[in-house]
Amino acid sequence: MPLIDLANPSRFLALVGKMLPWLVAATLVALAAGLWQALFVAPDDYQQGATVKIMFVHVPSAWLAMAIWALMSIAALGTLAWRHPLADVAAKAAAPLGAGFTFLCLLTGSLWGRPMWGTYWVWDARLTSVLVMFLMYLGLIALWRTVEDPSRAGRAAAILTLVGAINLPIIKFSVDWWNTLHQPASVVRVGGPAIHPSILVPLLTMALALTLLFATLHLAAMRNEILRRRVRTMQMLAAQGASA
Amino acid sequence: MALGPHAIFIVVAYAAAVLVVGALVAWVMLDHRTQRRRLAELEKRGQARRAGERGAGERGTEK
Repeated sequence: MPLIDLANPSRFLALVGKMLPWLVAATLVALAAGLWQALFVAPDDYQQGATVKIMFVHVPSAWLAMAIWALMSIAALGTLAWRHPLADVAAKAAAPLGAGFTFLCLLTGSLWGRPMWGTYWVWDARLTSVLVMFLMYLGLIALWRTVEDPSRAGRAAAILTLVGAINLPIIKFSVDWWNTLHQPASVVRVGGPAIHPSILVPLLTMALALTLLFATLHLAAMRNEILRRRVRTMQMLAAQGASA
Repeated sequence: MALGPHAIFIVVAYAAAVLVVGALVAWVMLDHRTQRRRLAELEKRGQARRAGERGAGERGTEK
């Protein structure tokens, strides 16, 4: 199927219907493999002990939180530059998922910080910039819920999303630019990962599993949004018919 | 699986992950059910999907 055909919501819905069962199955298999490796195979860290297990949820959540904003930024360009009918749907469907993963990143980071740093929270650059991203996710969700017309809400949200994208390099490089309590990058870094394969493999498996989970939920949420807009159009036509 | 002296932090972190993921899955599933129900109600009333289109109730046997 040519990519341009996906601009047609009906064809997109048909494709989602075919893909979802496979994605659900792949997600369940990857999650089972990831959790088994994380909880029963990966060794304790020589310094952090068993608390390193929190990393298998915390780090993939952090990666996804940033990746989802990046995806929404690409969708925002699709909304503003090309007015692609599904770009705005994709962005709106992704925002609550991004907020969920950012919340999970902040919460698990806090739970990991207490035994390792002696505190749940510090206002260092990494933690603060991720908190700002979480608040921006909530702001975007509120914007979409406040503006009734989906196309107007989509354009306003696209601008806010692109402004918020400035935060992505700040989050990524905050640990290099400022003196932070948060450790520097140990997987995506020049010179390759600094983590032993016995911990890196479960981490990457969990990252794959949560990415598949996001893909599944995102496609399902996009389908819901298309149906919601179809319902809205039909309700407006019904109201016009009643007043005519 | 020995979780050591900080077991409570690990257990709460994984429980929170289950809750957050469960909430996201529930949101998507419940929203799908709601939209399908609304769509079915409108189609049952014969409401057209687009301007200028006849409603399902007016289409007779047309699929």
